[in-house]
Amino acid sequence: MPFLDVRGLEKSYVGRRGTTRVLGGVDLAVDEGEFVAVVGYSGSGKTTLISLLAGLLPPDRGEITLDGARVEGPGPERGIVFQQYSLLPWMTVYENVALAVDAVNAGKSTAERRRLTEDLIGLVNLTPARDKRPRELSGGMRQRVAVARGLGMAPKLLLMDEPFSALDALTRATLQDELTRIWGERCCTVILITNDVDEAILLADRIYPLTPGPGAVLGAPIEVGLPRPRSRRHMSLTPAYQKARLALVEFLRSAKRSA
Amino acid sequence: MSPATIKRIVLPGLGLAIVLVLWTVISQTVAHDLPSPARTWAESRRYVLEPFFKDGEMNQGIGRLAFYSLVRVGKGFALALLIGTPIGFLLGLSKTFHASFDPIVQFLRPISPLAWLPLGLVIFQKSEPAAVFTIALCAMWPTVINTAMGVRSISQDYLNVGRVLKLPRWKMLTKIIVPATLPYVFTGYRLSLGLAWLVIVASEMLTGTPGVGGFLWQEYNSLVYSHIILSVITIGAIGLFLDRLMSLVEARVKAG
Repeated sequence: MPFLDVRGLEKSYVGRRGTTRVLGGVDLAVDEGEFVAVVGYSGSGKTTLISLLAGLLPPDRGEITLDGARVEGPGPERGIVFQQYSLLPWMTVYENVALAVDAVNAGKSTAERRRLTEDLIGLVNLTPARDKRPRELSGGMRQRVAVARGLGMAPKLLLMDEPFSALDALTRATLQDELTRIWGERCCTVILITNDVDEAILLADRIYPLTPGPGAVLGAPIEVGLPRPRSRRHMSLTPAYQKARLALVEFLRSAKRSA
Repeated sequence: MSPATIKRIVLPGLGLAIVLVLWTVISQTVAHDLPSPARTWAESRRYVLEPFFKDGEMNQGIGRLAFYSLVRVGKGFALALLIGTPIGFLLGLSKTFHASFDPIVQFLRPISPLAWLPLGLVIFQKSEPAAVFTIALCAMWPTVINTAMGVRSISQDYLNVGRVLKLPRWKMLTKIIVPATLPYVFTGYRLSLGLAWLVIVASEMLTGTPGVGGFLWQEYNSLVYSHIILSVITIGAIGLFLDRLMSLVEARVKAG
């Protein structure tokens, strides 16, 4: 059985105007240490998928198994980096990260937990801002705190819900590079949800396209045959990049037409 | 003169002058028993210029009287927060508690202080605790309602952070729910203090306890009408001061 095994995941929302079927049977298999991206249009159910994986929403049908254990409800072993950062505004950078570190390392000494927290803040290059509050930070810095907090949960699986979509292009590029570095240093399994095809190709080993809803499903995965480390500058000229991009865009376009 | 000075000093001064003129005109024409501003000042100056003199239980400087009232309001307000804040949190947190007690809260909320006071006198047999009881009972509702509303409007994102981290209930409360609700709680406190100050006059009038409200009622009975105006102005000034003070506290809390 794969490290993460998702089978027949279905989710509908019941609203005032009847039922909307958001996900119509999502299957997904991810091996340990893999970086997988899910690409789809806005409103196709990407956030619903990640909420189900995180256990924040119960599925109507289907099941999720992570490392042999069935997922029932949320837990820190599936760390999540939210789209809107969701930092607690009354806490400093340090306190936001420490909240996660302390929650999963209850058995460790105060000094040890402190070291882990300082470490993560250093990893995302925020040591000079450790005592600032979120409102004093730029969007990019806030998202770094969110990444540090996600890693602070020491997750088996890190879920990222369009983490860079609210950032300007330059900041986004910087953070993408940093995410690659961090993933290389603290190799964990990552699922990145994004609507940016280039971001998916730059970061992921494998990309699943999500068909436009209602009743969205994942298409056949596209392997990104690019060697690491990947360079943003040279990448776009390689045949492997162009092949992956073409396959993705083709799939998403034709899925949109038929939807 | 800069436009800012005109706006901040000249125009309010002009407004005050117009009111004083109108007051004088009314006291000279339609309402002969209403003391004019000049007479009010002449008869009140000792109370204002020596605010802490004490000739007897009910004949004291306005500063001393205001102090009694403030202490009484302070007690009632503190009691209101002590009771109102936990009730507000419970209403916001527990659907069962909300279903059980929200109708009662909505029912009790519009009851006037005048209705509670006799009941307080019956329960406590003394005027001082009855006054404090009335102030607390009338002033706590904004705290209850704002706190409950604050808890219910906490962003799901913050709660999700706690859920993913599997925070124990107590930590969820202290690290997420209470800090997220605090700005609403303090809005409630400010409104509650305003109400407490409104209630003080009624409760002192009815119980005859020394304070600005008690003094006002006594001077009405002794036909010293200028002192009624002195009391009214004092009540207004202190009310304004308290509101500004609480606004500052509230702004500090909201700024985090």
